[in-house]
Amino acid sequence: MPIYDALYDYTDSINHVLVRHEQGAIHAAQGYARVSDKTGVVFATSGPGATNLITGLADALIDSTPLVCITGQVASHLLGTDAFQETDIIGISAPITKWNYQITKAHEIPSVIAKAFFIASSGRPGPVLIDITKDAQFESMQFYYEKCTKIRSYYPNPELNKDSVEEAAKLINQAKKPFLLIGQGIMLSNAEKELKEFVEKSGIPVASTLLGLGAFPKNHPLYVGYLGMHGDYAPNIKTNECDVLIAIGMRFDDRVTGDVSRYAKQAKVIHIEIDASELHKIIKADVPIHADAKEALKLLTASINKNQHDLWLEEFKSAKKTEVDTLKQSAEILHSEELKMNEVIELLSEITHGEAIVVTDVGQHQMMAARYYQFNKSKSNITSGGLGTMGFALPAAIGAKFGAPKNTVIAIIGDGGFQMTVQELGTILQSKIDVKIVILNNRFLGMVRQWQQLFFEKRYSFTEMISPDFVALAKAYSIEAAKIENRANLKDALLKMLNHEGSYLLEVMVAKEENVFPMVPTGASVSEIRLK
Amino acid sequence: MEKIYTVSVFTENSIGMLNRITIIFTRRHLNIDSITASESEVKDVFRYTIVLRTSKEQVDKVIGQIEKLVDVLKAFVHEESEIVHQEIALYKIKTDNLTNGSVEKVIRENYARILTVDPMFMVIEKTGHVEETQLLFEKLKPFGILEFARSGRVAVTKPMKELSTYLKEIEKSN
Repeated sequence: MPIYDALYDYTDSINHVLVRHEQGAIHAAQGYARVSDKTGVVFATSGPGATNLITGLADALIDSTPLVCITGQVASHLLGTDAFQETDIIGISAPITKWNYQITKAHEIPSVIAKAFFIASSGRPGPVLIDITKDAQFESMQFYYEKCTKIRSYYPNPELNKDSVEEAAKLINQAKKPFLLIGQGIMLSNAEKELKEFVEKSGIPVASTLLGLGAFPKNHPLYVGYLGMHGDYAPNIKTNECDVLIAIGMRFDDRVTGDVSRYAKQAKVIHIEIDASELHKIIKADVPIHADAKEALKLLTASINKNQHDLWLEEFKSAKKTEVDTLKQSAEILHSEELKMNEVIELLSEITHGEAIVVTDVGQHQMMAARYYQFNKSKSNITSGGLGTMGFALPAAIGAKFGAPKNTVIAIIGDGGFQMTVQELGTILQSKIDVKIVILNNRFLGMVRQWQQLFFEKRYSFTEMISPDFVALAKAYSIEAAKIENRANLKDALLKMLNHEGSYLLEVMVAKEENVFPMVPTGASVSEIRLK
Repeated sequence: MEKIYTVSVFTENSIGMLNRITIIFTRRHLNIDSITASESEVKDVFRYTIVLRTSKEQVDKVIGQIEKLVDVLKAFVHEESEIVHQEIALYKIKTDNLTNGSVEKVIRENYARILTVDPMFMVIEKTGHVEETQLLFEKLKPFGILEFARSGRVAVTKPMKELSTYLKEIEKSN
């Protein structure tokens, strides 16, 4: 209450967005941070307000998103008494924050807030939670603010070990089949330019993780695809054929590696990573480089020879052809009038020239967007990767629009995930923000249904969904909306949505039982990727 | 292969550090055998000594995640041969036992000492490795042990590098 009372005096300088649910607030702050390179800020009240942040905190921690969350707390003399709306948010959030702190005296506020922003945004970014007791909020104090740039026990800028870089350069120079994997770390360190210089000098094919998409333009001739479970055929099989594997700003998530015991065993591994605990965590690196990606790339580029790997690149191209041909064949066999998710995304990508900010939820539509949207711009792919939080997209898109107001922001969401944070349509209504929403409605929790089909003998246990009239729902919030079911109407509908001033919801009815392929089944090796 | 490892963690003196450290073990389903905490030789730097049985690979990953905590200055892992360690045990038995000469013999033979004698009970103290304090426990058992408490391990390392040297290195690299 005292914080909000103070905010009332700062409506001109602080843009406060009133959301409908704290989970919506934190996902919106994540979307804002991911597109803007700034730290997202969230306020929540004590008790349930604070606990509603939990999913977003876990999501932001695993996806390295800088946030400062400020929660209210009961007065300090009531701590531990089960007072009204008291919850131990410091204890609850400890494992899912980069740092948290409880303020019980007003004089601590400036230095702790300064520290919070420094910690959230430096090194490997992450969420910080500050819990402020009510008495501290009411207390008066002499204001003094000093920016925090240093903490004795915290070392966000590791010193680059030049010998390791030399060692890596030597491996790269000798390599016949080098392969580069990039992750979100490239964008977090703003190393897109340095990456491009490195790739163009070394001639090494580049593949990206889900969160890394956009760090290197998809239309670049050395871009060879998307990694992992629903990634592309070529980068997955070539992982087990390369001789030097260079990983930058990524953490070898199990969705990327498949069976770790059969992952890139033949290759020498160079791992550049700012978080020391990620080195050797999943994949033992022959040359671990604990460093900021930008700094390491600059030095590495200077140390390598100019090179080309035409034959090796040809192998990627021919593997890609195998993938495209097989998927095309499958589509012909299944030929139906029903719209497919990939057609919608491909057309959307074409119309927006791969330059919109695309915010996705979790599931089949997410994988389709990762596969078929031509991400050519950095920080344009906003999705929940590590935690896989359904309900992420709608609020994150709202935040993304606030973070990048000049860009077109398109939320692509499934019918399931949309209903998990649908209340945030109210935020769109009130803040009059321009977010385009595409619901790919297959009337199923599609990814789970796909697994049930492939691995559980089509026993579709509780995955079929009956949804409300999304168009009517949007209209109830004064958001323009339309629904289409036919291919013939797709282009016009997308154009109408994109040309509409203000928010717009387009529901696209897609095939009920479409599957996402390729696929590396759980427990399989990346070289066992299935094309159908 | 599983072995006993001693983890030493040096932290700032902030609320909740014990929780932050232990949840890293919990998350990996690792059980802590013993844990002690005290201020170290450097003012306001706290030292946690944690003993557990696990594999080298696991304990190295745990160390990495502990060091990632903002308020942790440094964490080390040591095998048994790399440290000098000690535990303390207290045994409460009935004072009546003193009239029986054999208790005195047990105390002498085990290099234990009597801390206090009350008309009703007496408290014996023994420091040593867990095997030694356990041996005394077995020997005192026939006399009837009213209460027994054993501390966690405290340990110092054999290598000569001092914590203050690390702290200086850290400050320099920052």
